[in-house]
Amino acid sequence: MASRSHIAAIRFGLGPRAGEALPDTPETWLLAQIRPPLAQPGLPLRVCMDSMRLGGRARLEGGLDPGQLMRAEALACTAEAVASDAPFAERLAQFWLNHFTVSRGRGQTTALIGHFMREAIRPHIFGRFEDMLLAVVRHPAMILYLDNQNSIGPDSPAGQRRRGGGLNENLAREVLELHTLSPRGGYAQADVTEFAKVLTGWSIGRNPNEPEGFMFRPFTHQPGDKTLLGQTIPEGEEGGIAALRMLANQPACHRFLAEKLVRHFVGDDPPPRAVARIRAVFGRTGGDLAAVSRALVELPEAWAQPLSKLRTPWDFVMAALRATGADISAVPNAVFAMELLGQPIWSAGMPNGYPDDAASWAVPEQLMRRVDWAQAPAGQAVTRGLQPVPVAETVLGPLLGAESAAAIRRAPSAREAMLLLLSCPEFQRR
Amino acid sequence: MRHLPSISRRATLLGLSGAMLFGRTRLAVAEVPGDARLVVVILRGALDGLYAVQPYGDAALRELRAPLVLPEPGQEGGLLDLGGHFGLHPAMPKFAAMYAANQAMVLHAVAGATRSRSHFDAQDSLESGADHRLSSGWLNRALEAMPEAGRARRGLALGTDVPLLIRGSVPVGAHALRGARPPGSELLATLARLNAADPVLGPAFNEGLRARGFSAEVLGGLEPPPRGANGFAALAEAGGRLLASADGPRVAAMELGGWDTHLAQPNLLPPRLAELDNGLETLRQGLGDAWPHTAVLVVTEFGRTVRVNGTNGTDHGTGTVALLAGGAVRGGRVLANWPGLTDLFENRDLAPTRDLRAVAKALLAQHLKLPDEAVAKAFPGSEAIRPEGGLLR
Repeated sequence: MASRSHIAAIRFGLGPRAGEALPDTPETWLLAQIRPPLAQPGLPLRVCMDSMRLGGRARLEGGLDPGQLMRAEALACTAEAVASDAPFAERLAQFWLNHFTVSRGRGQTTALIGHFMREAIRPHIFGRFEDMLLAVVRHPAMILYLDNQNSIGPDSPAGQRRRGGGLNENLAREVLELHTLSPRGGYAQADVTEFAKVLTGWSIGRNPNEPEGFMFRPFTHQPGDKTLLGQTIPEGEEGGIAALRMLANQPACHRFLAEKLVRHFVGDDPPPRAVARIRAVFGRTGGDLAAVSRALVELPEAWAQPLSKLRTPWDFVMAALRATGADISAVPNAVFAMELLGQPIWSAGMPNGYPDDAASWAVPEQLMRRVDWAQAPAGQAVTRGLQPVPVAETVLGPLLGAESAAAIRRAPSAREAMLLLLSCPEFQRR
Repeated sequence: MRHLPSISRRATLLGLSGAMLFGRTRLAVAEVPGDARLVVVILRGALDGLYAVQPYGDAALRELRAPLVLPEPGQEGGLLDLGGHFGLHPAMPKFAAMYAANQAMVLHAVAGATRSRSHFDAQDSLESGADHRLSSGWLNRALEAMPEAGRARRGLALGTDVPLLIRGSVPVGAHALRGARPPGSELLATLARLNAADPVLGPAFNEGLRARGFSAEVLGGLEPPPRGANGFAALAEAGGRLLASADGPRVAAMELGGWDTHLAQPNLLPPRLAELDNGLETLRQGLGDAWPHTAVLVVTEFGRTVRVNGTNGTDHGTGTVALLAGGAVRGGRVLANWPGLTDLFENRDLAPTRDLRAVAKALLAQHLKLPDEAVAKAFPGSEAIRPEGGLLR
């Protein structure tokens, strides 16, 4: 049973924290985290939007430029994860943020991603999937990231004025492919084009006279009914809402989400039986993510040993900081480390986010860098007076193999013992 | 006269000296890898081939995408002429110089094995060398047929990731910019031992040690290079030097993102093209004397819509360009069965008339001189697609 406590903390959570007791009843501990998340304080949307609009000039006007603002948000978000008492909820928030990737790489989203996480993702992780989908697609970060703000219906007043063209397919395509149905979901180019028309007019406010965030612009909206997956979608903002709710409840969407969740919580090759169970919960509850999260905890496959998932760089950094009892002062270094280790925060290269399989992260140079970087938290832990052997007991317990345990005991210094703990193969798994 | 490199204590611990001796022995029994070098660069996000290499001789071009058309060659800010019908974007003068020296060519109206307009499906297909995702990449399967003879692995991944293209059963080396102070060698040796039993981490950890040992020896003091805009060029330069080493790798994979120009393409794309151009030039410089034996293939997952979308960008399309550079290439021409712009694929995209697999197969067969079975294994299920003739000197 002891190992179930460690599995709960490592596989479902972000790794045990040094000096804290592990849960006696791991399932209860996990299920208790499934509750409406506490509101996270943060910068209001107006500040983020102003920074986005002003860019480098924001500093001259006494504000934060987008780079500064993102750094502040990233530090706060990371600190939250390092200190979290509800690490299962924190992991789920990260999972959904990655599912709905917004990257600072494009679309002036830099100043908005923190707000996106706080307002579009976190409040919905135990709500309905369709509500999260709606919040995501209506958030300015996603609208800008996938270029929908100026997509114009060819037959809208704006489209008529500029004669033809005007559509931008990007958001529509990625919602179908990456957020809901997946390519196996059976849609055609015609569906992409129609859905892009449905989403014309989904834009953002641009000046003080307009709404702060999402804004529907009838002037650019394609008039008339559209046909998506054979269903008629009415004209107007309501059409987009109806289309998103419809997509969120497609069996193909449930299958896709179930498979991704099982890949995250069970293994790189999701067992079909486990996928079917999660998919059934999606279907039965209409996409209730609290029920889905409970079902994940109840999957027998998720408790199998040895732990088969490879920690991503983010997982690794979080686990190392928690294992070494790091405080808030270690957080800037952690944000730097994620970049060094190949997973810079909020900067996925493409809209499908960071990969979730061992093959993508078992990269030789990245593994070398994990060891390089772990020297710092290992050293700091020793400076704080932590002893490697008890820390190893807390952090890995029975999951630590005999060979690694012996190497830690025999290390010539506490510092090296701590580094071995953070670098041994067992610590790379979750 | 070159002195034998001194083998450091660390290298000894990592088994590098053993690998070297083993390598020399194998060289003696004539399992010599050829001199040929192959570099494959993946442009992730889908490069608009019609923008990078504009068919200014096609009357329909300006009609379909006027905001993206540059002035004709000879005019101010105009295209760099590629022989009368096509012009190269002026952000790529270095590639143009290679082209003028008959060391670079353009393949136009090309596409991979799939017609998916999903970035991720199409990249998987491009890297797998098949119409669907496989668990290994075609470049790695090609490595299966190449002897492991030097101190380095035959294959090299440049960057902090190893792309699917070069993942597979053959171990590959890796080199990335920016190092940090490494821990002591005893500790690394212990970790190598602890990791050995792990089927995923064990090989990767050893590979990391091996690659670092080799890179440190070949590159000497070249650390740490600049970040940001120069990252790709610096990485290409370092990669070129590693490939140039006589017992270094022969095949390398690189990637460069930022091509998904749904928006403001005329502003966003020229800097990306310039970055690519600089990287190809620094790769050439890094390769030095090995450049005459080199072919560099630059590919992207698909092209973009011929017409401009509503936001001065382009959406996901089909046909695009591939670039081929290197001293081994019979360059100075644009290879295209030009489909014209009056009859578009699905009334939106440049119609593809050449399969990228034909180009890649030619590089494996005629450049790396791999046997037919090896080429077939790299590109399964593509018997009907013959290697393109005449790409190489």
